[in-house]
Amino acid sequence: MKLLTHNMLTSNIIKGVSNGFPLGIVANKVEVKDVDFNQSFVLKTLSKVDWNALRQAATQVGHGDGLPEELGEDLKENDDVLKKIHNAMLQVEVVEGELVCPETGRKFPISNGIPNMLLLEHELQ
Amino acid sequence: MNTSLYCHPHSTVNFMLVPRLRYSIIMAAARKPMRLKELEGYLQDVEVFENPKVKLEQYPTTPHIAACMLHTITSTYDDLVDKTVADLGVGCGVLSVGASMLGSGYVLGIDIDEDALATCSANLDEFEMTNIDLLECDVKSLASSEVVNRLHGKFDTVIMNPPFGTKHNQGIDMVFLQAGLKLSTNSVYSLHKTSTREHILKKASDWGVDVTVIAQLRYDLANTLKFHKKKAVDIEVDFYRFSHKR
Repeated sequence: MKLLTHNMLTSNIIKGVSNGFPLGIVANKVEVKDVDFNQSFVLKTLSKVDWNALRQAATQVGHGDGLPEELGEDLKENDDVLKKIHNAMLQVEVVEGELVCPETGRKFPISNGIPNMLLLEHELQ
Repeated sequence: MNTSLYCHPHSTVNFMLVPRLRYSIIMAAARKPMRLKELEGYLQDVEVFENPKVKLEQYPTTPHIAACMLHTITSTYDDLVDKTVADLGVGCGVLSVGASMLGSGYVLGIDIDEDALATCSANLDEFEMTNIDLLECDVKSLASSEVVNRLHGKFDTVIMNPPFGTKHNQGIDMVFLQAGLKLSTNSVYSLHKTSTREHILKKASDWGVDVTVIAQLRYDLANTLKFHKKKAVDIEVDFYRFSHKR
């Protein structure tokens, strides 16, 4: 699970959960995979990302170094920072671990890099 | 696994009727780095379901269909290069792998079945695809209008070969389509039975989205799901592009 994917997941599919974001991360195994850096793609994708949640997730899994607290206007001119963001967003992967609903504590296992967000019948909205 | 079982040279799939598609393929071959045949060749190495589940209608998208779909999506509509893409009912991943080969920036493959996802994951490792992520999740839960899911509106393009729906599961392809439209900001590419074309065109109009039937093709289900007893059960399938109005 890449942190970009984590940024798009919520547990508000559970009955009674209103926001369910961001999901907590328990990371037992983390890998960094090489993904080609593409400046314009990173910038475009960032516009749809909740930056605080992404930075927090990267920090939680031990890859938050060098990520800015806020995204400045001059990001376009700063390839060093963009490459760090690219790394956090697309290269860092949680291979084994859990996602945790911030409201109910419900755990969603991550196994072989794949988060399992399937719910039981009685949990459905 | 012998993929030729799923891709007979004679009996599987023929794109037909729509000259525009042929044209686009020829045009694409002339200027794109990866030609259609080359793409199809690569996609033949994508492993398919070991034990396809009838209930989930797990017939694999043949390399030929996948290559034709993806090539059209990129060459005619430019909806893959540097795009964020979701693949609903990713199965063994042939569409996702192809989309990534053609230059998608990030692909998220979603499926309800962990066995399919395991095969898909092995394919991604085999092809060294590092910009595809997988998610185990019920696509139906993404189609709801009541719950605003964070996945909604996060993808430029959605691609899928949905379950067509059996008598026990009627309308499932429309639920996939609704989910696809929710997830995408731009377009959804999908396959549906030709017999339901009128219904689909009407639904698209009800939902206020633009729709194009890009091609009509034959899908040989006999060679994909083992429970079919007949020698050949070609069904006619339409390849659609749905897009949000600007």
